[in-house]
Amino acid sequence: MSTSTSTYAGGAGSPKRYATRAYALTDSWTMTRRELAHWVRQPVQVVVNLVFPVMLLLMFGYLIGGGRGVEGSYVDYLVPGMLALTMAFGLEGTMLAVTQDLNKGVIDRFRSMPMSNGAVLVGRSAADMLQSALSLAVMIGVGYAIGWRAQGGVPGFLGAVGLLLLFRFAMLWIGIYLAMVAGKPELVQAVQILVWPVGFLSNALATPDSMPGWLGTVVEWNPMSHTATAARELFGAPGGESGHVWAAVVWPLVLVGVFFPLAVRRFGGLSK
Amino acid sequence: MAVADTAITVEGAHKKYGDKKALDGLDLLVGRGTVHGVLGPNGAGKTTLVRILSTLLRPDAGRIEVAGHDLVTRPQEVRFRIGLLGQHAALDEELSGVQNLEMFGRLYHLGARHARVRAGELLDRFGLEDTGRKPVRAYSGGMRRRLDLAASLITEPEVLFLDEPTTGLDPRGRAEVWAAVRSLVGGGTTVLLTTQYLEEADQLADRISVVDRGRVIADGTADELKAATGGDRIDVVLRDAGQLGAAVALLPFVGPGVTVDADRRLLSAPVADRMTALSGVVRALEEAGIEAEDVALRRPTLDEVFLHLTGDQRVKEAA
Repeated sequence: MSTSTSTYAGGAGSPKRYATRAYALTDSWTMTRRELAHWVRQPVQVVVNLVFPVMLLLMFGYLIGGGRGVEGSYVDYLVPGMLALTMAFGLEGTMLAVTQDLNKGVIDRFRSMPMSNGAVLVGRSAADMLQSALSLAVMIGVGYAIGWRAQGGVPGFLGAVGLLLLFRFAMLWIGIYLAMVAGKPELVQAVQILVWPVGFLSNALATPDSMPGWLGTVVEWNPMSHTATAARELFGAPGGESGHVWAAVVWPLVLVGVFFPLAVRRFGGLSK
Repeated sequence: MAVADTAITVEGAHKKYGDKKALDGLDLLVGRGTVHGVLGPNGAGKTTLVRILSTLLRPDAGRIEVAGHDLVTRPQEVRFRIGLLGQHAALDEELSGVQNLEMFGRLYHLGARHARVRAGELLDRFGLEDTGRKPVRAYSGGMRRRLDLAASLITEPEVLFLDEPTTGLDPRGRAEVWAAVRSLVGGGTTVLLTTQYLEEADQLADRISVVDRGRVIADGTADELKAATGGDRIDVVLRDAGQLGAAVALLPFVGPGVTVDADRRLLSAPVADRMTALSGVVRALEEAGIEAEDVALRRPTLDEVFLHLTGDQRVKEAA
């Protein structure tokens, strides 16, 4: 506590700095950088998050998966399904990160500062989307290593990746909203467990035709199944049916349309 | 107090959580450039008050101005002019001190370069320049508090809120925070400080508001409040409880208000002049041959201030 020199020029008077709307992008970028700095700080956590879905892929590909009802190569069927499942499980990571943040004092500092209101959430989503894109890249690489090949050409490939990320984006806003509703990390764990049956009640691992009638119906309705089916179609993999691409676009958009405003409202409601 | 000289104006602030009234018509005026202590027990509404004043909570009713701006209608204007040091460190635990301060500087829209320079200055000023890349999580309690305070001062705010800034700190950490707060006062910053410790308010605050059940029940300088409570007290612990009666009769206490606790062999009384009372008591006990184990002067405790301010009613309710 030696010197008290200051370069702070009393910028509070500058009208430019009041216009927080104009700072929405800058603030969001600052918050994204914060998340990326966390990655640099905790590389082990980043690696664990990338390795976990790879483990699931290898486990189902070689140990457990029988590929019930699958015509053709099971690996070709499995890889797009696992990509969709990875996107679904991203929900857990989002929920955990948001709850941890909200239970820390730092959120109070952000909220008492003249920063853009949404920047905290935008930073979260940018970092999670980036993580998921990275995870997709790793999974696709591993898929290639175990013999899977995308056969839909470059447009098909990009389309499939786009649909998967769109689905992840929907999971992101569901995750942010549920985290704020659940509040405490203990409750988050309970919700996280529910992600598993929802994830597996899909056609990620097996075709609906191979399941009991009612279960098959549930599975066909699962938005994740549409994403997986559409991805299979665009990747030129077995199990791909035409006509699912529109559902793989519409379902995530509907989910975002519902949960994005809910999440933003909930975040604003912290001051109640 | 003229309106132009007030940094914080609170008129009839109400805030309910469900059925519980956290603030129940609280009024407060804080003069520009002063340190104002808000003293009260747990649950009195201190934290609710600070959270409302720092725009984290919206009041249900009341007119509140901070640094010349209405808190409800112009929160962003207020946010540019305040700093907040809450009960829990408002820092990113994974990042280093520099990273934290740079991030907050950017969020105050100082610009990248300026934010970096400002971070360096503040680290230097709070004796944290050697912390390097160490994450905040690995800091000691006192260091964390100083960094938290540094983060509250990035824009040199007009008004600084400190919510129980030393709760949970060891004496050394407490002294560090007190020194930092004192160094601010010279710079013209208005400080609103909540505390459970009379001593802390005494050390730092120009004026004190005593808060209970969401209202201000007394207001004044530390001396005024203590005088109203009966000033300092002397505690005498005797070796033999049987001599308590004799001791009370002997001792040159001034005024009423002597309490006797036979179990602890303790008698306690208000004193007007500390040194006269201390030497008088020691001499009188010696002359009468009454053995004392301990004789101590002390400030009235917060309990005593409260008992005095709220009367017997509260004691009955508590029982």
